[in-house]
Amino acid sequence: MAEPTTSSAPDRPLAEGWGRALVFVYGIFAVAATGRSAVQLGDDAGKVPYWLSLLAAVIYLGATTCLLVGGRTGWRVAAAAVSVELVGVLAVGTWSYLDDGLFHDKTVWSHFGQGYGFLPLVLPFAGLAWLRATRPSRRP
Amino acid sequence: MILAISGVVALLLVVDLVRDRAAQDAHYIGAGVLQLAVLAQLVAGCVALGRTDRDVEGTVFVSYLVTVAVVPVVGAFFSLAERSRVGTTILLLAVATVAGLETRLWDIWTARG
Repeated sequence: MAEPTTSSAPDRPLAEGWGRALVFVYGIFAVAATGRSAVQLGDDAGKVPYWLSLLAAVIYLGATTCLLVGGRTGWRVAAAAVSVELVGVLAVGTWSYLDDGLFHDKTVWSHFGQGYGFLPLVLPFAGLAWLRATRPSRRP
Repeated sequence: MILAISGVVALLLVVDLVRDRAAQDAHYIGAGVLQLAVLAQLVAGCVALGRTDRDVEGTVFVSYLVTVAVVPVVGAFFSLAERSRVGTTILLLAVATVAGLETRLWDIWTARG
């Protein structure tokens, strides 16, 4: 499909092309993580993993919003959010394998997102790759 | 039932994705059928929840029912905005999400989740 690209524009929109697919997936995860953490915290607000779910939810929401908003600031915040997400999923994933007891109740990130088809593990890499391709300083 | 429809639509989408085509009318019809099915499920699920004496977490169950009813239509709008391979991918992702949510719904209904 030959279509006019917007790559010559000063700031390539973050939410076009493959970015749109990314926004869709991030949006789903934002909803999923928010719902999950709301239910879990409603059940028992005293457990660490539940707060991690909420943190994940906030990060997914932030990344989704920034991708939609776009621009230089949007790009920066999205990059920060996706980086935290990557660190989070790796840390929580490893931690949950080492100490299964603490993560008896599943969270979005435990066991590298096993309950979500390992997508939470793949997503930050896809996000970083996309952000790299749309870096504002790049003038193709 | 819904899993079967998702499966068929997903298959159609993969074929055209490989052929590098934008999402076709047939896909949107498929997504529309899927949408009708999940809407019917939303109603049927709520009725079933009211009648059952199973140990089902009502709030979670209904929120999943609502989410799964929203995914196909949002996916369709997203993919219409991107008339290329990307649009096909988005629709495929939406259908896969529906399938994933359906299995979760079943877990919740049988009170294993």
